[in-house]
Amino acid sequence: MNWTWFHKLGSPKWFYEISSLWLRGLSVAAILLILVGTVWGLAFAPPDYQQGNSFRIIYIHVPAAFLAQSCYLMMAVAGLVGLVWKMKLADVALQQAAPIGAWMTFIALLTGAVWGKPTWGAWWVWDARLTSMLILLFLYFGVIALGQAITNRDSAAKACAVLALVGAVNIPIIKYSVDWWNTLHQPATFTVTGKASMAPEMWLPLLLMVLGFYCFFGAVLLLRMRLEVLRREARTSWVKAEMSRLLEKVR
Amino acid sequence: MTSPFLETQSLACERDWRLLFEHLDLQLLPGQMLQISGPNGSGKTSLLRLLCGLMQPTAGEILLQGQPLHTQRHALARNLLWIGHAAGIKGLLTAEENLLWLSALHVTQDREAIWQALAAVGLRGFEDVPCHTLSAGQQRRVALARLYLPAPPLWILDEPFTALDKHGVAQLERHLASHCEQGGLVILTTHHNLQDKPAGYRELDLGQIAA
Amino acid sequence: MSNVFTLLLKREARLLCRRPAELANPLVFFAIVIALFPLAVGPETQLLQTLSPGLIWVAALLAVLLSLDGLFRSDFEDGSLEQWVVSPHPLPLLVLAKVCAHWLFSGLALVLLAPLLALMLGLPGRCVPVLLLSLLLGTPILSLLGAVGAALTVGLKRGGLLLALLILPLYIPVLILGSGAMQAALQGLPAVGQLFWLGSLTALAVTLTPFAIAAGLTISVGE
Repeated sequence: MNWTWFHKLGSPKWFYEISSLWLRGLSVAAILLILVGTVWGLAFAPPDYQQGNSFRIIYIHVPAAFLAQSCYLMMAVAGLVGLVWKMKLADVALQQAAPIGAWMTFIALLTGAVWGKPTWGAWWVWDARLTSMLILLFLYFGVIALGQAITNRDSAAKACAVLALVGAVNIPIIKYSVDWWNTLHQPATFTVTGKASMAPEMWLPLLLMVLGFYCFFGAVLLLRMRLEVLRREARTSWVKAEMSRLLEKVR
Repeated sequence: MTSPFLETQSLACERDWRLLFEHLDLQLLPGQMLQISGPNGSGKTSLLRLLCGLMQPTAGEILLQGQPLHTQRHALARNLLWIGHAAGIKGLLTAEENLLWLSALHVTQDREAIWQALAAVGLRGFEDVPCHTLSAGQQRRVALARLYLPAPPLWILDEPFTALDKHGVAQLERHLASHCEQGGLVILTTHHNLQDKPAGYRELDLGQIAA
Repeated sequence: MSNVFTLLLKREARLLCRRPAELANPLVFFAIVIALFPLAVGPETQLLQTLSPGLIWVAALLAVLLSLDGLFRSDFEDGSLEQWVVSPHPLPLLVLAKVCAHWLFSGLALVLLAPLLALMLGLPGRCVPVLLLSLLLGTPILSLLGAVGAALTVGLKRGGLLLALLILPLYIPVLILGSGAMQAALQGLPAVGQLFWLGSLTALAVTLTPFAIAAGLTISVGE
C-alpha cells in the first residue's frame, strides 16, 4: 500500500504551515466557549439543592479531569503512530502534550480537594477517583522525567512513546484495581455522579466548558508543537526563512 | 556487473545537534574492504552503527541488496558479524563460555571449533580462565576469535587492532584480507596503516567529507 | 530458537552464581525494611498483624525494584546488548530469558524468604500458603514491568531514582491485589479471586512486556 500521503502528514514544514490556521480557529473557539461557560456556570446556573454553591467547582474540575485522561490516551496513540510509522510529528505531539496533561491532572486534583472540604469535611480522602487521578499524575511525571533525562531527542521521544504505551495498557488495570480496593476498604457513602439528575441549565454550561477545555488544549498543544518543530528543524532553509520573517515582523 | 551488497544514499548523521557527515554515498561489493578513517569525533563509529542498524540515520537511506535496511533487518542480522568497541565479552565468564554464547547468536559451535579458534588467536591454555583476569589485548583476542569461527560474510569491526601486539596486528590483517578474497565484505575503522591490503581495498576519510 | 533461550538462561544463571553478593543484597534489603516497621510503629502484635500484608508487599516491591536497577547495565556497558540487537534471534525472546533467569534467582529467593519475615510480623501460619502463592504470581509481574523501566533507563548515568519514578505507579495493581489476597486470608475469607486476577496479570505481563523491553533496549542501544 502507498503511504506517502500519511508521511506528508508527518512533514514538519507542511504541519507548520497548515497549523497556523488551526491555531487561530481553536484559540477563538476556546476563548468563546470558556468565557460563556464560566459566566453561565458561575453566575446563572441554579445552585445544587444538596451542595449549594460549592458544586460550581465542577465547571473547572470535570473538564480538567476529562482532559487529563484523554490527554494520556492521545499520548499513547501518538506513541503508537510514532513507533510504528516512524512519524516524527507524533513524537513531538507526545512529548509536548505530557506537561499539559500533568497540569490538567494537577488542576483536577486541586479542585477535587477544594470540593472535598465542604463535601466530605476533609481536604483529601482516599476516594477511588482521586486516587486514580493521583496515580495518573505520577504516570505523567514519569513520562516528563524520562523525556528530560535522555539527551538525544529522537531517543527521548521513542522512549516516552514506549512508556506511554505501557502506561496506557496499565491504566484500565490500575483504574479497576483502585475501584475494587476502594469498595473493599471504605464503602462510598456519597457519590458525585449526579449527572443523570442534573438539570439542563446545569449541564449545558458544563458541556460548553468541556468543549472549551478541549479547544484550549488543542491550541496550547499546537503552540508548543510549532515551537518544537522550529527548534528541531532549525538547520533547514524553510525554518531560517520563517525565522527571518518573524524577526522582520517584530522590528 | 554485480549489484552492491550494501549501499548508502545521501546518508546524514547528526549527534546532539552536531552534523557529523551528510550526503554520504557508498557502494560496497562482496570482496571489498572499506577502511574508514578520520579524526576523533568525525563519526566513524556512528557510521558503523548506522550500517549495523543499531542507529537510525538523520537523513538518507541504507540499502541491503537493493532493499531499504529497515525492511531487511533479518537478512542483515543473518549476514552480519559486528564487533564494537565494547565487544560483548563478560569478565566473569571464561573465554570458552563467552565464545560459546556469542557464536550461538549465529550458529551454535561445538567445543572443538571454539578451542581451535582460541588457539588461532594465540590463547591456547587460556580457554577456561575468567576473562577479567586476561590482559586488554588478550580480551580483544577473545572477541576476535569469533572471526576464526564459521562466520557470516559481512564483518563490521570498530577499531579491531586496539591493544593488539605487532604480531597480532599482522595476523589479523592477513585474516581480514583472506576473508575479502574469499568473497567476504569487511568494513572497519582504524588509524593504523594497513600493510596487507586485499584487491578490493578502499578508504573513506570522514574528516574530508565533513569539511 | 528455544535452544538460544535455554543457552541464555544457563549463561545468565552462571553469571549470577559467580556474583552471589549481588543476589543477597535485595534479600537483606527486604529483611531490613521489614525490621524497620516494628521499630517505627511499635511492637504490638495486633497492629503488626493487621499491617503485615501491606508491609510485606511494599517491602517486596521495593526490593525487586532495587535489584532491577542493574539488570541490563553490565550488558549495556560491555556491548552484549548490541550483540543481541544485531543477532538474528528475536530480541523479545532473549530479554524474556534474561528476566526469567533474574527472577529465578532473586525473585524466587524473595518469595521463599517472605514467610519467615511474615511470621516474625505475627502473620498466622494459615495465611502462609496465600502469601506464598500471591508472591509467586506477583513477583514475575514486578520483574517484567521493572525490566521495561530498566531497559528505558539503562543508558542513563543515574537511572536508579528515575526507574522508581517510572515503574512504581505501574506496580499499583499488583500491590493492591497481592496485599488484598493476604488481607482476605487474614480475615478468613477466600482469596481465590485476587489470586486468579494476579495469575491473569502474570499471563498478560509475560505476553506483552518482552516486546516493550525489547523496544526499550533497542532505543537505549541506538542512542
